[in-house]
Amino acid sequence: MTADAAPTTPDALRARTRELLAAHPPAGTGRTEFLRARFDAGLAWVHYPEGLGGLGAPRSLQAVVDAELEAAGAPDNDPRRIGIGLGMAAPTILAYGTEEQKRRFLRPLWVGEEVWCQLFSEPGAGSDLAALATRAVLDEAAGEWTVDGQKVWTSSAHNARWGILVARTDPALPKHQGITYFLCDMHDPGVEVRPLRQITGEAEFNEVFLTGVRIPDTHRLGAVGQGWAVARTTLMNERVSIGGMRIPREGGMIAPVAAAWRERPELRTHALHQRLLELWVEAEVARLTGERLRQQLVAGQPGPEGSGMKLAFARLNQEISGLEVELLGEEGLLYEDWTMRRPEIVDFTGRDAGYRYLRAKGNSIEGGTSEILLNIVAERVLGLPPEPRDDKDLAWKDLSR
Amino acid sequence: MTAPTAPAAPADLLYSEAEEELRAAVRSLLADRCDAKGILARAETGRPHDPALWHTLAVGIGAAGLLVPEKLGGQGAGHREAAVVLEELGRAVAPVPYLTSAVLATEILLACDTAEAAPLLAELASGRTVCAPAVPLTLAPGARLPAPVRDSGGGILTGTVTAVADAAAADVLLVLADTGLYAVRAGEAGVTPLVPLDLTRPLATVTLEAAPGTRLADPATARAAVAGALLSAAGLLASEQVGLAEWCLTETVGHVKGRYQFNRPVGSFQALKHRLARLWLDVASARAAARAAADALATGAPDAPLTVAVAQAYCSGVAVRAAEECVQLHGGIGMTWEHPAHLYLKRAKADSLALGTAGHHRGLVADFAELPAP
Ligand SMILES: Cc1cc2nc3c(=O)[nH]c(=O)nc-3n(C[C@H](O)[C@H](O)[C@H](O)COP(=O)(O)OP(=O)(O)OC[C@H]3O[C@@H](n4cnc5c(N)ncnc54)[C@H](O)[C@@H]3O)c2cc1C
Repeated sequence: MTADAAPTTPDALRARTRELLAAHPPAGTGRTEFLRARFDAGLAWVHYPEGLGGLGAPRSLQAVVDAELEAAGAPDNDPRRIGIGLGMAAPTILAYGTEEQKRRFLRPLWVGEEVWCQLFSEPGAGSDLAALATRAVLDEAAGEWTVDGQKVWTSSAHNARWGILVARTDPALPKHQGITYFLCDMHDPGVEVRPLRQITGEAEFNEVFLTGVRIPDTHRLGAVGQGWAVARTTLMNERVSIGGMRIPREGGMIAPVAAAWRERPELRTHALHQRLLELWVEAEVARLTGERLRQQLVAGQPGPEGSGMKLAFARLNQEISGLEVELLGEEGLLYEDWTMRRPEIVDFTGRDAGYRYLRAKGNSIEGGTSEILLNIVAERVLGLPPEPRDDKDLAWKDLSR
Repeated sequence: MTAPTAPAAPADLLYSEAEEELRAAVRSLLADRCDAKGILARAETGRPHDPALWHTLAVGIGAAGLLVPEKLGGQGAGHREAAVVLEELGRAVAPVPYLTSAVLATEILLACDTAEAAPLLAELASGRTVCAPAVPLTLAPGARLPAPVRDSGGGILTGTVTAVADAAAADVLLVLADTGLYAVRAGEAGVTPLVPLDLTRPLATVTLEAAPGTRLADPATARAAVAGALLSAAGLLASEQVGLAEWCLTETVGHVKGRYQFNRPVGSFQALKHRLARLWLDVASARAAARAAADALATGAPDAPLTVAVAQAYCSGVAVRAAEECVQLHGGIGMTWEHPAHLYLKRAKADSLALGTAGHHRGLVADFAELPAP
């Protein structure tokens, strides 16, 4: 590669992508090898810094690179399989990690060699994440922390090599102040992952028991006691990771219902027709709202619509999939398979209507419930006053549980 | 089978700098000259239109001719700009005949494209003449066009049209008769004001008793022109609805922040916060839908009829709900004649009937998206 200043124009990026493709023709290069080379060329996520898979270019230029690579049939890193790593772990490590941590973790994360999971929720702390009880105690002599506690609803923990973990390091402080953020090795002794079967019959998420887990202090992210600020970075990225995509008309959950409607006239009723049209219109409007948000981002004027998109999609997915089950009549009474499986990704399109209906129920719970998101919109977008609360100044150990 | 799944090119859903400048000009004019008190006082005299305001908007800002090419005497802008004007007029429930004269009548004349229509078009574009199409405000794109007016020969017209918007302010009426499209001077027609639900967009019955009209187009051209103009007007009405809904939301948020009950601002209660957050999301979504419609009309996108139907099917409901929430969350004051909330509720409800109901537009979506009824 040339040693010139970082290319940050579309043409320069296109040229650089072609150089990569010439040096590593996709046809004759292994998937992992190609992805590593792409990372090293700064074409993984162009807005990341040089040396960390990027070039410090505007985020919008990633599309130029992606289009070139797609046209050349280059392998991709299957973003859905590594969504937590890409969407949550990476931006947090970038913002708070030491140089050493960034160099150690970002490359295998992006390439997909190391899958990440998020060890946040606990049986006693979900929406009120800062109430968490998992303890971490420092053994100063060894430079290691000992972690004990239980996490829950941990998606992909069974595939994960690393987990982002929040734990309590000072119970005498108010709950937001006594938290520290760690990178947890899921292969460590003391980490036990047990499948949690869910509403669909499969086990996408898990319980994770942490018993005497030793985490080196070098795997702490951010300062001791500053874990809440770090976790907020993660959560904010979790919520905005949706929205930026361009989807075609009839691109989402409405597609299979519309297809069934067209192909199977015997299923049609007037009442279902009215509901289908309402939802079709709403799906189209949600698509346009997402597109408008994307255009705002590209134009460098991000609007607050992002906070709302997850709410809109959760509600739509649930209503549309519910309609679909009803439309199918007798078939809607059946379910494809209740066998417990441990899938690598959530796949709405490859499954039948019953699965879609049940899995969509999680859309308004995972990644912050719709109720919590409505609070956020009301307070941060509309500026409505917060509700009075008495948990902010009390020591965590004195809170009612 | 694939429905019209692929919009040709992604619509530009943002506002350009020029559009924002136009918005600023219209908003500042309305802030100075169009307050709720004045609107109400006028409405109570039975003459709700504000001719002086119209003059400044149409002539001073040049808003009347936005849709008209420069060579025909207009500003040579387009639907995106007209939509911005309508957003602001909706925010202010302004009593001016913009939708009727500068959009509906103008689009009809543009589509006629005849030597007879051209001079009238130039007059409308200059803002000097106000023109109301003599069709019921409820007439929708895709609906059967009525032809209640008969020509007894040589453009002598007889018939009655009900629920004609802004006829009282019009200098000229555009009449769709069995033999074509006619321009009728207002003085030649009987214009009987009705008591409208929406105090800011007056309605009248137009009665023609052997009234002389000037023929502008033959029947086929006339009907196609009216149908096309109804599509444009319906698409742009969505922007008026967005502006109206936005005012209602902003006003309501402001009110619940400052109103204390139970020793707290009522806006700190979660039941209200969630309602308002949902409404905010609906208004943001309505904006995207309305922008898409304006852009599709401006670019002549092949899927414009579908995009307009989507915008109308969605935005009508959002505007009504925003106005209803505005009344409810203001409590007692929201129920009064003095507070402007009722002006918005009345406009929103009337708008939801204007140019086709949401149900009518969903029926159009069914056609365009190939989702047929049983
Ligand atoms: C499919 C799926 C995958 C998940 N994956 C992960 C993961 O990988 N890692 C991880 O850490 N977590 C994960 N979660 C957990 C998820 O983040 C939590 O379930 C969620 O934040 C809610 O917490 P909770 O389950 O404890 O519910 P609670 O917080 O107990 O909430 C119960 C109900 O009360 C409502 N509620 C709570 N507080 C308020 C309030 N202030 N105002 C109004 N209503 C309120 C909630 O909206 C909800 O309806 C996953 C969840 C699901 C469903």
